[in-house]
Order: sequence, then structure tokens, then C-alpha cells
Amino acid sequence: MKIPRLRFERRLSSPQWLQVAALVVSLLLAMLTIAVIFYALGVNPLIAFQRIFRGGFGSVYGLKETVTKSIPLMLAGVGLTLAFKGRMYNIGAEGQLFMGAIVASGLALEFSEWPAYILLPVMFLGGFLGGALWAAIPAILKARFRVDEVLTSLMLVYVASDAVKYLVYGPWRGTDTRGFPITDEFSAAAQLPRLIDSRIHYPTLILALLLAVLIYLLVARTKLGYEIRVTGENPDAARYAGMNYQKIALLVMLISGGLAGLAGVGEVAGIHFRMRPPEGISPGYGFTAIIVAWLARLNPLAAILTAFLLGGLLVGGDAIQIALNLPAATVHVFNGVILLFVIAGELFTRYRIRLEF
Amino acid sequence: MLEFILSVLRAAIPAGTPLLYGTLGEVYAERSGVLNLGVEGMMIMGAVSGFAVAQTTGNVWLGILAAALVGGLLALIHAFASVSLRVNQVVSGLALTMLGLGVSSMMGKKFVGQPLAARLQPINIPVLSDLPLLGELLFRFDVLVYLGILLVPILWFVLYKTRLGVTLRSVGENPSAADSLGVNVVRVRYMAVVFGGMLAGVGGAYLSISYAPAWIEGMTAGAGWIVIALTIFAIWDPRRALLGAYLFGGVRVLQFRLQPLGISPNLLNMLPFLLTILVLWVSSGQAAKRRIGAPAALMTAYAREER
Repeated sequence: MKIPRLRFERRLSSPQWLQVAALVVSLLLAMLTIAVIFYALGVNPLIAFQRIFRGGFGSVYGLKETVTKSIPLMLAGVGLTLAFKGRMYNIGAEGQLFMGAIVASGLALEFSEWPAYILLPVMFLGGFLGGALWAAIPAILKARFRVDEVLTSLMLVYVASDAVKYLVYGPWRGTDTRGFPITDEFSAAAQLPRLIDSRIHYPTLILALLLAVLIYLLVARTKLGYEIRVTGENPDAARYAGMNYQKIALLVMLISGGLAGLAGVGEVAGIHFRMRPPEGISPGYGFTAIIVAWLARLNPLAAILTAFLLGGLLVGGDAIQIALNLPAATVHVFNGVILLFVIAGELFTRYRIRLEF
Repeated sequence: MLEFILSVLRAAIPAGTPLLYGTLGEVYAERSGVLNLGVEGMMIMGAVSGFAVAQTTGNVWLGILAAALVGGLLALIHAFASVSLRVNQVVSGLALTMLGLGVSSMMGKKFVGQPLAARLQPINIPVLSDLPLLGELLFRFDVLVYLGILLVPILWFVLYKTRLGVTLRSVGENPSAADSLGVNVVRVRYMAVVFGGMLAGVGGAYLSISYAPAWIEGMTAGAGWIVIALTIFAIWDPRRALLGAYLFGGVRVLQFRLQPLGISPNLLNMLPFLLTILVLWVSSGQAAKRRIGAPAALMTAYAREER
């Protein structure tokens, strides 16, 4: 049997328009595929898409919620652009987010009398460290012992999620929660201010935007950024050029973990004002952030935009969950299909692909 | 005490069986040079489709067959993406896991809370099952458990003692050499990945058809990821896959048996994941010392024109 072969020719240059076109076409094809899957599962795709769009972008309320949900996605996603640039596959942002939330909650509950201008910065700092240290485990195992970071960072998501459960069901369960597995509410000093009539905790949003710019400058304009890029593209070449692989690997993991930790701080201090079971804190922000980073082609500034898009998708996902009675995990269908088409689309920007018979 | 140990052992084998299927499949996929991080998605899709088909047809065997096909189909997507399109294998596998988790929860919604009507009956192996202690321990499982055990020597033999196995390994170690000897690298990789996905599907179906037996959303709960780790622990050898799978089955069981002692179930739940990290650490150290490791071409797409 003669099987047609795909023939790849490397493109010498990849113009901007092609990159945008590839992204748009892959997103359209992804939507089409999702529609087919929904149809096959007995969900009317037209109604579902309309509800999602209306839910996420079609009203002022929806847009506010979209911005709210884009905050953790932006923080974690920007961090992941850096990690992936350095070829560290940090799949565990979700766990690093939980660790940030744990540290921030611990500080908020322990030092509740501190004034806000001290307590909140300390919580952010602590959350950053919590996430960074959690990411340091796979980073050190990878850099020193060559243990695959994909698996270790992912395993630590489960561990962090169990740690959150342990705390809210056990030692941290509040005194006045009518038996619910949640902590007591934080003192006012540990609560982030929000924009009027919304859940947009703007200090975290400003922090996220600032960090996106900072990381962009770090990668694009500094010597360290150059080393990260070279290490990511060709670790051997980086080593021959005298770059310290261990240092770079550790650094990009620490920063990406720290940013995910900040996302966790924002959720407990800006949205819930307390610690809840893991599924209450995050509907999988750390995993969706992987798509945020990839969709942005690992550009931290573009990640601001993709975080907003996927934030809207999450809000729309909530809307169809209620309206069409779908399970929460439905959003993973979007995540998976979009990711698949985006990486396939990327290929067309790097190669000319022909079918050969 | 002896009774406790025996009861843990007795339960460890069924608990480890889904891991065994998954790991055996992943060993073959990775031997061909393709890392499949979609195992979790393939297992959960196997679990839901196996349950759905078994429940609606009343035939468990049709369920298991459906699970194998669905697992194989998802793996086919991974093969197309990573072998033909040569996209990043990590991301492609991850995307398939997400897809599987999402689709399975949508598909399975109407089956939540239903007990499975048809069952796989345990097979009492004649004579052996009547042995004191051991009979109860080893010879009264259902057919999928025995099939898993039987696969170990078969897959080991194929991998090391047949031409097919040599071909598979050569594709994973040095695809361009294999190619110049006339091996169709692309076809071998497709076959290995799809075979791996089929086994992952069966492993998932074992969970929903025999182990539970019910459909619970997200019931694989990270088993697919443990499979990837066990593949490394097994040093890509089916025999060690058996050891690793039952060991982790034992940990899973211990988790439930230790609960009455007053240890928080949330802390106990961390055990398999912490152990996985430890196992990865130790086995990568071992591999470095003995200079054995992953198939040399693992995670690299093969491109003839770029040789």
C-alpha cells in the first residue's frame, strides 16, 4: 500500500502575517472540531458557542468577570512563557498556585492585626516564595539529577492540592463556618481592594501587567534573557558557550513558580478572602495558563491578550455549565483541542508542508 | 499482622492492574521513540467508553473492546501529531490528556451513580484456587488481571527475542540507521503508539468495569501520570513494569488501610505522588550509574530529509 507522505521544507523566514494567519486558522479549526465533539455528545454547538461568547464577552458583567479570571491566567501564563523559553516544561503551575495561596492564607490568618500596607505586600512576597520553592523541587531534581521535570512538577500539583484539602478540612478549618471546609474570613487588612461593582482585584492586575512587561524586557533585552533563549533552543550550544545550565534552569523555574504563587495570593486575598478546597480556589488556572503561554507563542506581552481570551472562555464555560447542565470539566475540551491545533498551526509557520504521493 | 499483609497483597494486584496495562503500553510507545503524555486521557476515555458500552449492551467484552478502540484512536491522533506533523510531543500528549478529561466527563454524565449491571466474573483457577492462603491470594481474580500478567512475558519476548522487537528498538534508538536498513520508521512508530493507547484504554476500562465497577468522573485520578513514571522506573522493560505496577497498587491499598489509624486521608493521598517523585529520582540516578537510559531517540521526531 502506498501511503502519501508529508514533506517538510524549512522556511527561511516566517513573516508576521503568516504567524497571525496560522493562529487564526488554527483557532477556527479548533472551534469547528469542538463543535463536532459537542454535536456528537448531544450538545447543540451553536447554542453552546453563543452562550459562551455572550457569557464571557457579551455583557459588562461578563467582561468584568473575564478580566477577573484573566488575572491568575496572566500571572501564571507569563511565568510559563519564561519557563518554556528556557525549555523547562513546568506543567505544575497549578500546584505552585496552591502553594502561593497556602502561604498567603497562613500569613493572613496568623498576622491578621497587621495593617494592610504591611500585611498585603508580605502576603504577596510569601506567596511568590511559596510558589517558587514548590517549583524549585522539580528544578533542582532536573538540573542536578536529570529527573524529568514534566512528571515531578505535575506530581507536586496533586500533593499541593491534597495539602490545601488537609488544611481546610483539618487544622485551618474556621470556627464559624457551619461545618464547611473553609477557613475563617481574612481580616479587612488582608483583603485586596476591588474595582467598584466587580471582583477585579486591581492591585493584582497591575502587578500582572507590570510583570508581563518586565519578563518581556528580561527576555528580549538582557544578557540573561539571551542566555535563556539560547539554552532553550539548544542546551548543548549553551553549555559550550560557557553558559551555566543549572543556573538558568533553576532561575526560570523559580520565576515561573513564583508568578503562579502570586496568582494564588490574588485568588485568596482578592476573590475569596479565605482558603477553600482546591477546586474552589482554581478551576485549573495553572493548566489553562499553559495554553495562555503557548497561544502567545511564548511572548509575555501577547500572553496578556491570550489570558484575556481564555479568561473569557472560562467565564463562558461557567455560563454553559449552568445553562446546558454540563460538567465543569467541559472546559478541558476547549483547552485540549485549542492546544492541539495551535501547536499544529505553529508548524506551518516554520515549514512548507506538502503532501507527496 | 500476617493477615494484614496478605490482605494488602491480595488487593494490590487488582489496584495495580490498570497501571500495568498502561505501563506496558507506554513501554512500547517509548521504545519506538515517542513519549505519550496522553496516557491519562486515554485511560479515562477507556474507562468511560468501556463503561458506557458495557452498560448499554450488557456485554463487558464489548465494553473492553470499545475501550481499546477509543484509546487507540486517541493515540492515533498523538501519532499523527508527533510522528507525521512532528509537533512537540510533550504538548501534544498534554493536550490529549486535557481533551480526554473533558470529553469523558461530558460523555459519562448520564452514567454517574449507576452500578454496572453486567460483571466480569472472577475465575477460580482449578486446584490452585483451593490452596490454603495462596489460593485466595493469587488464583481468584478476573480475567483482565490474568491477561495483564500474561502480557508481561509475551511483550518481553517480542521486545527482546523477535525481529519485530529488534525493529521497534532500533527505531527508538537510531531511526536513521533503521531507515537505511529499510525499516519504515513512521509505520513502526504509529503502530507502537496506537498499541500503547489501546492498552491504556483497557487499563481504564478495568477501573470502570471491574475495579469500581462504576463510572466516576476523573476516576483515573493521576494513574496515567504514574504510568509515565513507572515506565522510567521499569527502565523500559515489561518485567519491571509488573513489579512497579503492583508496588504502586500496594501503596494505593495501604492508603485506605491506614486511614482507620487516624491519619488524615488527604495526607495519605499524597503518598503515591511523593513516592513517584522518589522513584523517578532513584531510577534516574541508577540509570546514570549503569549508563542505561531512555531510548536514545525518545522525544525526537524523525525527519529523513534533515538527516
